[in-house]
Amino acid sequence: MTLEAFNRGAAIGRILPIFAGFAPRIGATADVQASPFRGVLLEARPLRRDDGKDRNLATTKTMNGEQPTRRDFLYIATGAVGAVGAAAVAWPLVHQMNPDASVQALASTEVDLSPIAEGQIVTVKWRGKPVFISHRTKAEIQAAEATPLRDLPDPQPDSARVQKGKEQWLIVVGVCTHLGCVPLGHQGDYKGWFCPCHGSHYDTSGRIRKGPAPANLVVPSYTFTSDTMVRIG
Amino acid sequence: MSGPSNFKPKSAILQWTERRLPILGLMHSSFVAYPTPRNLNYWWTFGGILSFCLGVQIITGIVLAMHYTPTVAGAFESVEHIMRDVNYGWLIRYVHANGASMFFIAVYIHIFRGLYYGSYKEPREILWILGVIIFLLMMATAFMGYVLPWGQMSFWGATVITNLFSALPGVGPKIVELLWGGYSVDQPTLQRFFSLHYLLPFMIAGVVVLHIWALHEVGQNNPAGIDVKSDKDTVPFTPYATAKDNFAMICFMIFFAWFVFYIPNYLGHADNYIPANPLQTPTHIVPEWYFLPFYAILRAIPSKLGGVMAMFGSIALLAFLPWLDRAKTRSARYRPLFKQFFWVFVIVCIGLGWLGSKPAEGAYVIASRILTAYYFIHFLVILPLLSYYEKPAPVPASIADSVLGNQPLAPARVKGSR
Repeated sequence: MTLEAFNRGAAIGRILPIFAGFAPRIGATADVQASPFRGVLLEARPLRRDDGKDRNLATTKTMNGEQPTRRDFLYIATGAVGAVGAAAVAWPLVHQMNPDASVQALASTEVDLSPIAEGQIVTVKWRGKPVFISHRTKAEIQAAEATPLRDLPDPQPDSARVQKGKEQWLIVVGVCTHLGCVPLGHQGDYKGWFCPCHGSHYDTSGRIRKGPAPANLVVPSYTFTSDTMVRIG
Repeated sequence: MSGPSNFKPKSAILQWTERRLPILGLMHSSFVAYPTPRNLNYWWTFGGILSFCLGVQIITGIVLAMHYTPTVAGAFESVEHIMRDVNYGWLIRYVHANGASMFFIAVYIHIFRGLYYGSYKEPREILWILGVIIFLLMMATAFMGYVLPWGQMSFWGATVITNLFSALPGVGPKIVELLWGGYSVDQPTLQRFFSLHYLLPFMIAGVVVLHIWALHEVGQNNPAGIDVKSDKDTVPFTPYATAKDNFAMICFMIFFAWFVFYIPNYLGHADNYIPANPLQTPTHIVPEWYFLPFYAILRAIPSKLGGVMAMFGSIALLAFLPWLDRAKTRSARYRPLFKQFFWVFVIVCIGLGWLGSKPAEGAYVIASRILTAYYFIHFLVILPLLSYYEKPAPVPASIADSVLGNQPLAPARVKGSR
């Protein structure tokens, strides 16, 4: 490293004080300690920079390795640009794994409710997953509404899981919130659903009551397009 | 990989090549002249057997990929096509499917051998950690391979295992969608699993090279667990280790062939001959046998995140073993207490495997919890305490002594070495 280059580098540390703090760790110390200028007193002198302007930069008298050099700045700047570039290239490679446009396009399903008898649960496919449509009996609705919230691991009133005036229709995603198995209807201690994989019990509102699952069966967004038609998604 | 080789080929052409690429010298110094401890027993042959298993899986796998179709509509049928139509397809697929089990049998023996003889201890920590990485890659490869036939167990195994990541707070569900490439296990999932299942064995091969490199740098451990001190302690790799490895490998192949030809579906699940149905979960989901102990740990913890963490933690813990067991004596042969705890640990692991195959209810859950607790206590409490409180038995002065010590007429024995 030339003396001139060293002085220029020292100058950058003052012009851009932000680099003064961390640059020495990246090689300046080793560089300076190995250089023949270590500990040499420098005289203040005008310095010619590449832009052709003269400026008096050398107010620092000692070279103790604390000052970053121009080369350190270049290393860090190059490294930073390289890191940003690598991240920019990596993102498409990661994001291509996310659900693509054709998968997202299949996001809604329409179902005719008229053939579903009271007390019956039908399973329809929505976004590749099963959705349970339960036509609940009076007793089932009553059981769901009468359950005190303090008995629930994931407290949610039945009224928040069905639409007002349509209490007989419970529509939930048929995927156990534990590890994704499909629970079996009208089974378990609460006569709602029972997951055979790891033993989670759900009630007639699809709420978790017992077992390892942490949350209630998910209620998807849906709208009644008529009295007997529902659109899920 | 070990020291300078003075290997010099006889033919002029090979000498010409060797001056430009000393690959024969490298092979010679690594697998012919390489000094191995003279007391190695048959438990040391599983490294070679594992290399054989990897080779078998790669060769049969490449062939299967020539006939397999990675689509939701075609995967199951293409596997049946391999079994019925492709010439020797049944053989190649059964070798590949049973080969995975054989690979895990060999790797578990290899791991327990390392645990028994203290092969993870200084200076073999990096060697051991590379081994743990290979084990993790093997598990990922085996899991994705099991999904490819697209049977019921394939589909629901993939669903349960990918859902493990949904336990992560906050980002969990997003990560699962990223893994699936959709809102459930479906076509994008199958296709990427096929791609990765093809890639990972070559990554395993790469880490195996590092594993062998590290091994040849620090030298093999041995049943006495003491360092090589002189030439008397070693024999050349060829013919001694080569012959022993070959004999063990042939025995292993007979065992392997017995499965392939007589009970090819014994280690599989009948449910996987039913095509995948996303709307119906089989009544009893079980992973392949080699994952059962970890599955038991997953189910033993009554919280989703806790179970997932315990399962991954039980594997990650192995990487820290060199710093949990600080005892200076390597081999269990000279550690009377450690030896007993080792065998208890082996029984606990087998017990966890058995419990993993049982439904998660009643007494099975309680037993799983007790054994899971013991698994962690073994590593986190028993081993650190033994390091300080156990009084090891006297260790022989050299490997030669440990081999010849009990023979009264041993001529090689140095006077007064005991």
